[in-house]
Amino acid sequence: MKKLKSLKTTTKVDFATYLGVIAAFFIVSLLRSQGLLNRSLTGMLVPICCYIVMAVSLNLTVGILGELSLGHAGFMSVGAFSGIIVAMSLQSAMPVAWVRLLAALIAGALFAALAGLIVGVPVLRLRGDYLAIVTLAFGEIIKELINCLLVGYDENGLHMAFNISGTLTIDDLHMSPGAVTIIKGAQGATGTEKLATFGAGFLLVMVTLVVVLNLVRSRAGRAVMAIRDNRIAAESIGVNVTKYKLIAFITSAALAGASGALFGLNYSSLVASKFDFNTSILVLVYVVLGGLGNIWGSIIAAAVLYILPEALRQFSDYRMLVYAIVLILVMLATNNPTLKNFLGRFKPRKQQGKEAV
Amino acid sequence: MEFLSYLISGISLGSIYAIIALGYTMVYGIAKMLNFAHGDVIMVGGYVSLVAMTSLGVPSVAAILLAMVVCTILGVVIERLAYKPLRDAPSLAVLITAIGVSYFLQNAALQVWGANPRMYASVASGTLKLFDGQLTIPYVSLLTVAACIVIMVGLTLFTSRTKMGKAMRACSEDKGAAQLMGIDVNRTISMTFAIGSALAAIAGVLLCSYTTSLSPTTGSMPGIKAFTAAVFGGIGSIPGAFLGGLLLGIIESMAKAYISMQLANSIVFAVLIVVLLVRPAGLLGKYVPEKV
Repeated sequence: MKKLKSLKTTTKVDFATYLGVIAAFFIVSLLRSQGLLNRSLTGMLVPICCYIVMAVSLNLTVGILGELSLGHAGFMSVGAFSGIIVAMSLQSAMPVAWVRLLAALIAGALFAALAGLIVGVPVLRLRGDYLAIVTLAFGEIIKELINCLLVGYDENGLHMAFNISGTLTIDDLHMSPGAVTIIKGAQGATGTEKLATFGAGFLLVMVTLVVVLNLVRSRAGRAVMAIRDNRIAAESIGVNVTKYKLIAFITSAALAGASGALFGLNYSSLVASKFDFNTSILVLVYVVLGGLGNIWGSIIAAAVLYILPEALRQFSDYRMLVYAIVLILVMLATNNPTLKNFLGRFKPRKQQGKEAV
Repeated sequence: MEFLSYLISGISLGSIYAIIALGYTMVYGIAKMLNFAHGDVIMVGGYVSLVAMTSLGVPSVAAILLAMVVCTILGVVIERLAYKPLRDAPSLAVLITAIGVSYFLQNAALQVWGANPRMYASVASGTLKLFDGQLTIPYVSLLTVAACIVIMVGLTLFTSRTKMGKAMRACSEDKGAAQLMGIDVNRTISMTFAIGSALAAIAGVLLCSYTTSLSPTTGSMPGIKAFTAAVFGGIGSIPGAFLGGLLLGIIESMAKAYISMQLANSIVFAVLIVVLLVRPAGLLGKYVPEKV
């Protein structure tokens, strides 16, 4: 007990975050085994895990690194489709489902990290809104490139074609009769085997938390936050700005890729336009409403806001309208000076550093 | 001849982007916020003019004026209700609010006008035939280019000559100092939103005349493209937005015609990335070195 008290506040918050996620997992699993969750909610469990990972990883870029990214769904897309390709082509080589899922997640993370590196090296030189527009552009480019991709697998290995003219079909891959079609251009991935489970989603959330929280509390994380707070000051005391920016950006991309792979393997068919600008924005909304740099805030915001549109189903046609109004009102309320002062009275002391951007 | 017709189509599309980008860039310059709802104001302008022309049966000029009035009021109301309370909030909060406004407008349009795309009759029908009919130019293209040039010249004169325009430039440079000089900052920002929204209405009418269809999501992609155009030319700069929009339209039209229909947007965005890497402040943007 004494040891627990001597821990730093941040460490306590981290432990509470881990414990909260584990507790939530067990409660939901229990409810599910008792049949207390309805079908739509059960179907949302894996996507919720994916969006939690997306929100936490985007928080690393936006909240911790302080760079606005509007193309986070692009990394998710890269991860999803590379994960699907890996999982589908290893069907005969790796008969065990969870091994294939693991391979797909790792492949998704690696390819997304590669994409992060390619985008990050030139782009992190840009500042503020310019970085935002380039990440936005990247997300749109990825979407269109995948829309042109044809991938199939037979006993001779992978077959790929790039459908620039828009005239190629899956038959142009010249595969043997027993081949598996994996990605069919604009129709996306069809006939994907659903490998994702809620347990895998929970583990991915835990891995993400371990990676992000440890990164944030490490020397590298402090360097990243120093760059966020004052780039010039950080540079002048010898922090390698490009290196630490890249570390944060690539980690964020890799986690988004793993989340995408899990997301892709949760549906039998998936189109690239699922990961468009609106998805990036959706995740950004989770991050901002959860609190910039606040990891557990992102988790709760992602879970609640993913369920909210479904919960608003009784308003049927008006639910997105209600969602929009809720979004605006929450932003107005959280930034209202009078309300802030009023709430501030109840806080024993101001949490420092966390809310600073 | 084929090349020429693609070029004309590109210039006409680019002029529409330029008009939207002018609105974007003015609002960004003064309020330092990315107004994601701008694209949806365009859509509202399109619907208002459509309803005016089909249901009320007014002539197209009156429909355009009505759309401008409605959008101006809409823009000012949005600014007053959603953005003004956040004047001192972090920029991300304003961005999310703008996204909320954008969702709101799209879904409100969905409720009012339905999800199905509507046919939009061009405000200026007919084509101009040149070289024995080898080259046809739709009148609406000529109208678009003319409108774009008039707006651009008008805005340049407005910001450099009039008192209000000077106030806008002062506010975009330093709000605090502008206030000390006796400029009503809030009124100036409202005025900027009014002008930007009126431009959006014009852009909406021209865009719908170009694509001949209209749905609640019509505005989002052109909105993003126009934002790209504004950044391309250097955000905050009026000639930059004009140049950026025009170039973007031409690149998109050429890429569609000669490279790939599917990858046209990718090519546009790839060119943007390359330009930003070479000139980080955009083509005509001012590079402001940081002072420590």
